[in-house]
Amino acid sequence: MSKNKTTATELTRRRMLQGAAVALTATAGTALLGLSRPTATSAAVGGQEIFDEVFKGRRIQGMPMADGSGMPGMQHPGGANYMVLIDGQELHVMRNADGTWISVINHYQTFSTPRALARAAVNELRGATLAPINV
Amino acid sequence: MAVRKNQANLTAQEKRDFVNAILTLKQQGGYDPFVTTHNQFIMSDTDTTERTGHRSPSFLPWHRKFLIEFEKALQAITPTVTLPYWDWTTDRTPDASLWGPDLLGGDGTGTDGQVATGPFAYGAGNWTLTVRPDSRPYLVRTLAADTPDLPTKADVDTALAVTPYDAAPWNSSSAGFRNNLEGWTGVNIHNRVHVWVGGAMGTGMSPNDPVFWLHHCMIDRLWAGWQSRHPDQGYLPATATQNLVSLNDTMKPWNTTAPAALLDHTPFYTYDVAY
Repeated sequence: MSKNKTTATELTRRRMLQGAAVALTATAGTALLGLSRPTATSAAVGGQEIFDEVFKGRRIQGMPMADGSGMPGMQHPGGANYMVLIDGQELHVMRNADGTWISVINHYQTFSTPRALARAAVNELRGATLAPINV
Repeated sequence: MAVRKNQANLTAQEKRDFVNAILTLKQQGGYDPFVTTHNQFIMSDTDTTERTGHRSPSFLPWHRKFLIEFEKALQAITPTVTLPYWDWTTDRTPDASLWGPDLLGGDGTGTDGQVATGPFAYGAGNWTLTVRPDSRPYLVRTLAADTPDLPTKADVDTALAVTPYDAAPWNSSSAGFRNNLEGWTGVNIHNRVHVWVGGAMGTGMSPNDPVFWLHHCMIDRLWAGWQSRHPDQGYLPATATQNLVSLNDTMKPWNTTAPAALLDHTPFYTYDVAY
């Protein structure tokens, strides 16, 4: 796993705060497999991609999660065992039987990867922030 | 007997009554629970676990019941109102009368894609999204932006030719009529229309756009059309199957009605023109 494959990224105060938010997430019980560094990265664990990049001004992250893990009060139905964040807020995602992905923002359109799904959500949101997931 | 009509044939009075009943229901707090219910099922229906409202055989009877309940809520306000349907095989463009200021209002405009015309424009003051996936309180549409074309009559006829009703594994990967109509496989009918409208209609909270009801009324009409074409084909699965609503299982969230009681729509309403 290319855990430390990074591109040069200026660590602004905002990005450092985002990094802190992810660290807090981890301590709150989310078992992140692999990296949680706030730098533009790309890797894969168990065939599932990990990504962390800025797309159209929004930080998007995707990461596999261990079975049964999850933030308190959050559910990951569908056994997706995968979490996507946009600016630190979780995007509800689901995996289809054929391996494609959908999200609550693009629920009727399938995407081949979580990264494509996250980018599509950024496009749809036009700068709006995600609401907390409330299953 | 209530008759559900093509939206293109509604009189001016029928349009007013339909719109005003929706706005009144919204104002009374009765609309948003429908959005919440739909989203709860959208988020919990999965291909590998319990699935009821979507990606499963009960997609069609679940939405039939959901629309009946919504129609009843409107009729409690104005008894003569029935749900109209949007036949997107004929009314295929953003300048269709459906999107006029006297019915649903038009496409989103500006950099934020906000619907700015008609009774559901945020600026009109009567349509604030409260059950929503993001911070935007206004209705967004992006007609034809995410997919260029609505399903054609030929596409619909292709889906309506498919038998059986549904097939194992009874999810988004199934062959069979239900999944071809729902759109996870084949020419893509129902899902594509949600994507074509875009904005709120593309999300799990899609009933935030009132066109949701007209779209699903058309899907419901197509189910009846399939039944008339295949009188020897019934709802499947007919016997109890894990995670699924079989023919005689009651459906959540109502827990009173099984698909078997919803297969014939004519005790509840008829359509002006059968498909």
